[in-house]
Amino acid sequence: MQKEEYPLKKVCIICAKGTLEDVYATLVLANGAVMEGIETKVFFTFFGLDAITKKRMNSIHTAVVGNPAMRLPGNLPFPTLLGILPGMEALASSMMKKEMEKLDIPTIPEFLEMITAGGGEIYACKLAMDMFKLKKEDLADEVKDVLTVGDFYAMCGGQGTQIIFT
Amino acid sequence: MATKTYAGKTIEVTDEGYLVNANEWSTEIAHEIAKEEGLTLSDKHLAVLNFIREKHAKGETLTIRAISKSGIVDIKGFYELFPGAPLKLASKIAGIPKPSSCV
Repeated sequence: MQKEEYPLKKVCIICAKGTLEDVYATLVLANGAVMEGIETKVFFTFFGLDAITKKRMNSIHTAVVGNPAMRLPGNLPFPTLLGILPGMEALASSMMKKEMEKLDIPTIPEFLEMITAGGGEIYACKLAMDMFKLKKEDLADEVKDVLTVGDFYAMCGGQGTQIIFT
Repeated sequence: MATKTYAGKTIEVTDEGYLVNANEWSTEIAHEIAKEEGLTLSDKHLAVLNFIREKHAKGETLTIRAISKSGIVDIKGFYELFPGAPLKLASKIAGIPKPSSCV
């Protein structure tokens, strides 16, 4: 019997966390799907909303406390106690952003622009918006709509669709 | 490896149809590959293809962002010119290897 192949046709990606690595995982996966011609929908919820909130999207940080994978330049271990120093989180994050710029990895606003320019869609979670007292105007212009979880699931049907939680 | 006949010449291509030797490329070949992909090349397409080839010749990694910075076309326009998977499609028509970039 011949094995049937079902190519990936649509991805629905959920981002619930607001750290640099979680947001970028979402954005790289989403943009990568758009680049392959895969229908793409991205749903930002809870702290993930930071990535699409105008006032917060340019100050997304990585965790320097309680992050065992964190390294200093030269691959030295990064002591958690060092991470408690004021400004350390911002410093580590800005260093990381510089490295990403070298690889031509876009900034968060630029990524949102790229994803939507290629036909991808960006959504925000209604419940989390209510909780953080956010309005549609507080979000980036690329955000297409504010959805309930039911609305989101309704978009995720069809053969060859995957839901990815980053 | 496979071969294809483009513009009356036998050209070596990969299994996915990318030219093996970027130097064998010509505008005529580009038109023929584009036709296979269901595209008719305009001057704008050709401007993008030339930009991509220049980048490749310099050994730079091709990204969608680089194309949007080229001044030839914005990202939306790039997706319109090469629908679906634009970076791959444009690379194939430009006769350069399959892109290895994630962005």
